[in-house]
Amino acid sequence: MIATAIAFYVFASITIAAGFMVIASRNPVHSVLFLILAFFNAAALFVLMGAEFLALILVIVYVGAVAVLFLFVVMMLDVDFAEMREGILQYMPVGALVGIMLLIELGLVLGAWVISPEAGASMAAPMPDIGQVENTRALGRLIYTQYAYLFQTAGLILLVAMIGAIVLTLRPKNPRLKRQVIADQVGRTRAEAVEMRDVEPGQGL
Amino acid sequence: MEHVITTLPAFGPAMPEILLGIGAIVLLMFGAYGRENETRIVLIGAIILFLVAALVILGDEAGRVETFGGMFVSDAFTRFMKLLILFGSGTAMMMSHSFIKQEGMERFEFPVLMILATLGMFMMVSANGLMAVYLGLELQSLALYVIAAFNRDNARSSEAGLKYFVLGALSSGMLLYGMSLVYGFTGTVAFEPIANLLANGETPIGVVFGLVFILAGLAFKISAVPFHMWTPDVYEGAPTPVTAFFAGAPKVAAMALIIRILFTAFPTMLAEWQQIVVFVAIASMVLGAFAAIGQNNIKRLMAYSSIAHMGFAMVGLAAGTETGVRGVLIYLVIYVVMNAGVFCCILLMRRKEGMVESIDDLAGLSRNQPMIAFALAMLMFSLAGVPPLAGFFGKFYVFMAAVQAGLWPLAIIGVLSSVVGAFYYLRIVKIMYFDEPAEAFVKPVPGEINAILTVSGIFTMFFFIYPAPLLVAAQYAAAALTP
Repeated sequence: MIATAIAFYVFASITIAAGFMVIASRNPVHSVLFLILAFFNAAALFVLMGAEFLALILVIVYVGAVAVLFLFVVMMLDVDFAEMREGILQYMPVGALVGIMLLIELGLVLGAWVISPEAGASMAAPMPDIGQVENTRALGRLIYTQYAYLFQTAGLILLVAMIGAIVLTLRPKNPRLKRQVIADQVGRTRAEAVEMRDVEPGQGL
Repeated sequence: MEHVITTLPAFGPAMPEILLGIGAIVLLMFGAYGRENETRIVLIGAIILFLVAALVILGDEAGRVETFGGMFVSDAFTRFMKLLILFGSGTAMMMSHSFIKQEGMERFEFPVLMILATLGMFMMVSANGLMAVYLGLELQSLALYVIAAFNRDNARSSEAGLKYFVLGALSSGMLLYGMSLVYGFTGTVAFEPIANLLANGETPIGVVFGLVFILAGLAFKISAVPFHMWTPDVYEGAPTPVTAFFAGAPKVAAMALIIRILFTAFPTMLAEWQQIVVFVAIASMVLGAFAAIGQNNIKRLMAYSSIAHMGFAMVGLAAGTETGVRGVLIYLVIYVVMNAGVFCCILLMRRKEGMVESIDDLAGLSRNQPMIAFALAMLMFSLAGVPPLAGFFGKFYVFMAAVQAGLWPLAIIGVLSSVVGAFYYLRIVKIMYFDEPAEAFVKPVPGEINAILTVSGIFTMFFFIYPAPLLVAAQYAAAALTP
């Protein structure tokens, strides 16, 4: 038990520290790397809570796809983040005020929290025992049966996102657009594709 | 290895949604793999799809049916709202037919996105739980953001899309925050169990917080004050048929959602939400009336007009009674039909050099196109609420409901602000009939626009002769909601 507690505090404190460094570090690439560190530690926290499916999804989707995409964007776009941050002090008082108000509201809400005896009865699906049904199977059972409607709707939302991205960015008449023409690829012969050169040592082409 | 056996849910009640979903995908495939420029066929296919969906809804006579594990509900209320949404979307689709060709935005994705937005609205109307609400809302909003920015080479259209997206994402955040609070304090996301839980015992403060946030998120979608800031800019920047679409169907869907949530999930918290609805109604009516006075762009003017009209509709909701809901439904029908007619007239404001949007460009319309000027004048009188036109009856039923519920001050403020609002509607009539004529608009008028304008004008003028069908249908729909 004590080992779990120690692990929790280690992972939690690293997550918070990494989260702070995301907004505090001057170099945007470092920020993204700290973000990845925060994701990994959050995944570890999920494992501690017995939610291994969520933990893996977090690593695969957020670290593997989202954060790496961020990294590419940050490296490819030449944005001067130091300049962007200049006005931050100006907005600080308003932001701090809103934050404090939200914190007080949260405190009020949590202070009044009582779990009503009826709440247990209205639960959609009780959490199965982790020893018998692992997360992935439990989720699969629910998503593809009881929540199939929502699952399909989510699919449609992704379809809209895809159509939107294509409609707003793709220009079919753009001369720089390179399309795959399979016939051309198959029709290529060795003579067109390969060229033999004699390369002198130490000189290169 | 254990097996879980589940039975297939009943698909029948969701037939219109299934039809629209499959239709959208088929038309998308047709557009993507068809020859060059299939837009016209896809657009006509979309209109036919809407007609078929309307027939399916009309043919459905069942009472209240729930399916998909209680997440989806179909009753007289949802059918009424879906038909109205189909009318709004269908007319907007027809209006865009010649416009997208003239403005060089003729791409087959346009009708497909409109179908998907309509599908999202259907899901909002039929949602019977918070998760279904959110997914339907996002499907609708995401499609609308893209349509707003559809004319991507136009800076104002792109700005409209971006602004709508950023503020829409913010409102979705508020909505989700509210939903999570409600879930946290009641332990369920389905509407009836929430109501049952709240019926016995004291209302936890967290649920009140959650309700406020949910209402704020939904008020954004119907552009009610104080969440209206995006409306004038988005309406002005978006392509005109898209603006016509925004002003009609999505507001009906969001209003249906507000009614459904307040009446089935939070009926016991009437005292709490009534204050909010009363405030939002007064603020929308007053701001819509006063802010529109200074506008010179007719699309911006219609934006403020729609803010005011949503305020009037909420007066009926504030009553919190079945009569009130009936009033809202009648109001929405009349509003959507008038709105379609007005936007037809705005689409006709085209000169040789392109679309014009200034109110002063309407000068002399009474001489150049007398029939259209007459129709627009009637629509303006109706929007202002002059009897015996349809707009008057819309206001009459919501104010009557408010008075019956003892909300005298609200009804009086509503009447006063509609008097203020009459000023800018009548100003348009004055410009058309009495100002020095400006250059005439391009003729001929496309047939489909003429047709919509005729239907809208006839409905507005002669509604008072035979209002019974609408009143009965609205009565029936409202009764389905309040058992």
